[in-house]
Amino acid sequence: MRTAFFADIHANREALEACLSHAELYDINRYAFLGDLIGYGADPGWVLDVVRDHHERGAIAVLGNHDEAVSLPIPNKTMSNEAQYAVDWTRSRITTAQTQFMEKLPLTVEESDSLYVHANAWAPGDWEYVVSVTEAKQSLAATLCRLTFCGHLHHPALYNQGIADHVVPFTPVPGVDIPLVPNRRWLVVLGSVGQPRDRNPAACYTLYDSVRNMLTYFRVPFDVEAAARKIRAAGLPDWLGARLAMGV
Amino acid sequence: MAAEYLAPGSALGGFKIEKLVYTGGMSTIWSVTREDMTIPLVMKVPRCKNGDDPSSVVGFEVELMILPKLTGRHVPRFIKAADFPHQPFIVMEDIPGGSLDEQRTEAPLPPDAVATIGAQVALALHDLHRQYVLHLDVTPANILFRKSGEAVLIDFGLSRHDQLPDLMAEEYQLPMGTAAYISPEQVLRVRSDPRSDLFSLGVILYQLTTGELPFGDPRGMAGLAMRLYHEPSPPRALNKECPPWLQEIILRCLEVDPEQRYGSAAQLAFALQNPDQVALTSRADRVKRADLWTGFKRWLKYQKSGPIAAGSVARHLDTVPIIMAAVDIQPGMEALSDTLRQAVQRIFKTEQNARLTCVTVRKTPLVGLDLGVDSKGRNLHIQSLVSLKHWARALEIPEDRISFHVLEAPDPAAALVAYAKSNQVEHIVIGARSSSTLRRFLGSVSSQVVAQAPCSVTVVRVPHADDIMRSDATGYAGHG
Repeated sequence: MRTAFFADIHANREALEACLSHAELYDINRYAFLGDLIGYGADPGWVLDVVRDHHERGAIAVLGNHDEAVSLPIPNKTMSNEAQYAVDWTRSRITTAQTQFMEKLPLTVEESDSLYVHANAWAPGDWEYVVSVTEAKQSLAATLCRLTFCGHLHHPALYNQGIADHVVPFTPVPGVDIPLVPNRRWLVVLGSVGQPRDRNPAACYTLYDSVRNMLTYFRVPFDVEAAARKIRAAGLPDWLGARLAMGV
Repeated sequence: MAAEYLAPGSALGGFKIEKLVYTGGMSTIWSVTREDMTIPLVMKVPRCKNGDDPSSVVGFEVELMILPKLTGRHVPRFIKAADFPHQPFIVMEDIPGGSLDEQRTEAPLPPDAVATIGAQVALALHDLHRQYVLHLDVTPANILFRKSGEAVLIDFGLSRHDQLPDLMAEEYQLPMGTAAYISPEQVLRVRSDPRSDLFSLGVILYQLTTGELPFGDPRGMAGLAMRLYHEPSPPRALNKECPPWLQEIILRCLEVDPEQRYGSAAQLAFALQNPDQVALTSRADRVKRADLWTGFKRWLKYQKSGPIAAGSVARHLDTVPIIMAAVDIQPGMEALSDTLRQAVQRIFKTEQNARLTCVTVRKTPLVGLDLGVDSKGRNLHIQSLVSLKHWARALEIPEDRISFHVLEAPDPAAALVAYAKSNQVEHIVIGARSSSTLRRFLGSVSSQVVAQAPCSVTVVRVPHADDIMRSDATGYAGHG
């Protein structure tokens, strides 16, 4: 089974299109969208339709903090002004059906030995980040699953835990197959499709082959200028477009 | 999960168990067969009881991650593996030639034999490093030889792949390696420098040359740390047959600071293959180990040294290439050879640690006798060498990073390509004469080199030069 993971798309049509078309080369059996479908970018409606379409055909999809914020009656205090502005803007640009699709997304999906979640395993709805070994340990301790897939941080990372309980961090190299050795537990932090923040502006998505036990992070270039132009044209903060070119 | 039920005649993972080859602390090795496989195979089975032996389990996991990714003649071919929670095993090609451990017992070996073995191991290490892997446990027992003489590295249980998570990194508080051969930086738990493998190879070369281990076979952390400040006796003090160039090479490998060792395994192989090109320093003259005061200063430095910055194999190798300048030193080619020198100079400005090998070809007749002297009886080989050194003088590259070779061959392009292959050259810089109809028709040396070289080739031309209509029959430049 080959699953393609997309997290933190953030309404970036150009980035998602580039990743989906890249993934077509790999004979994907299933798609997984791990939260933050919208926010920041100018194409929330298009992204939601694509994800909903995949979801109806069996794709995994979980809720992200930006997705949740669209349905919240009061502003979320943990969000930056720009993020909140983008959430409010998004609310006015999507249909009721699109909103309802998002509202119904679960915080987590669990199957056999894998957990899918947007932020972390210990409190999925509190939206805390896995930024280091400390949080990675906390997350791994909160689930019995051998594999945890999450997003939220916008920095790709991979943690593993052996029998001696140590958690080892690793920064994945794009395009290199990483064997997820079965005797270990793994926490896969996906990079962001629509707003990478690791100084590499290319969109990030990840492939997991459960038969070969192989994980691969990909970086896919997309038309950053077009995405930024649309953000400006939509009246969203300029910085949300400018940061895409810098990958921050 | 114990493998006690394995016995000759039993089967595992589609393989028939033939016989027990080896029993070690971490694993057992069985010779196995499978109907569709014609090459000899071995199966490595980790020894672990219900997963309570972390070192053998992690070592097995590391090997399982790395071995399937490796290719080439210097590693055993990976066939199949199974992992926990089933009975884990790895099946790989058997290398029947025996290990260096057997030759080690015959030490001291003659210098030429040491250099030949050392060069083969260094070439194998370079091939491994190029695939982003540090071995980190280079010992005689982990070096096998094919019948063709090529070295094969085995046992990747302590290795590190630059592009994969390092499962060993956080697992243990003690340095991981074999006490007699471990590098100083591994003692300090740094696992990211390819030159660590050169240190271990240096220990092996020392042992093959003298019959002794430079730092003994210590037990415990204090014993291991001795190599950070305690200099070994110079090989020539133990074996008078050891020539200065071999002592120079061995002691350079055994430098405490990786920066002072060879930049890459390819550079070490180059030195071992070209003893006459080894630039001798004070290392070659040493007759006894450093005095107590020097040892004390080193010890102080060790006490003060913090953790060494972690590097990357790939990034490191990129900075230490062997670059080859193919120079046409014939009269009349001055403009082209000047342009070539400028190109080499530009490359060396960014490649601070690169090594330059200057090569020229003296074309010998395909048929008939080559007297090797000109009409005045002067030795043509020496004349070529003098001209080549003169060409390189303006580059001002230190003596220990430059060498000169005059090849004599009827086919200059083939000779240049063969040289590049056997010396692990990563970049050839060659001049091309301006285009002419004749050359286009006959083909040129530089275009042949571009087509057949095992590495990158930069073709240099004199900008806007007049088309010099010379015969191309004797030179090896041409349109690239």
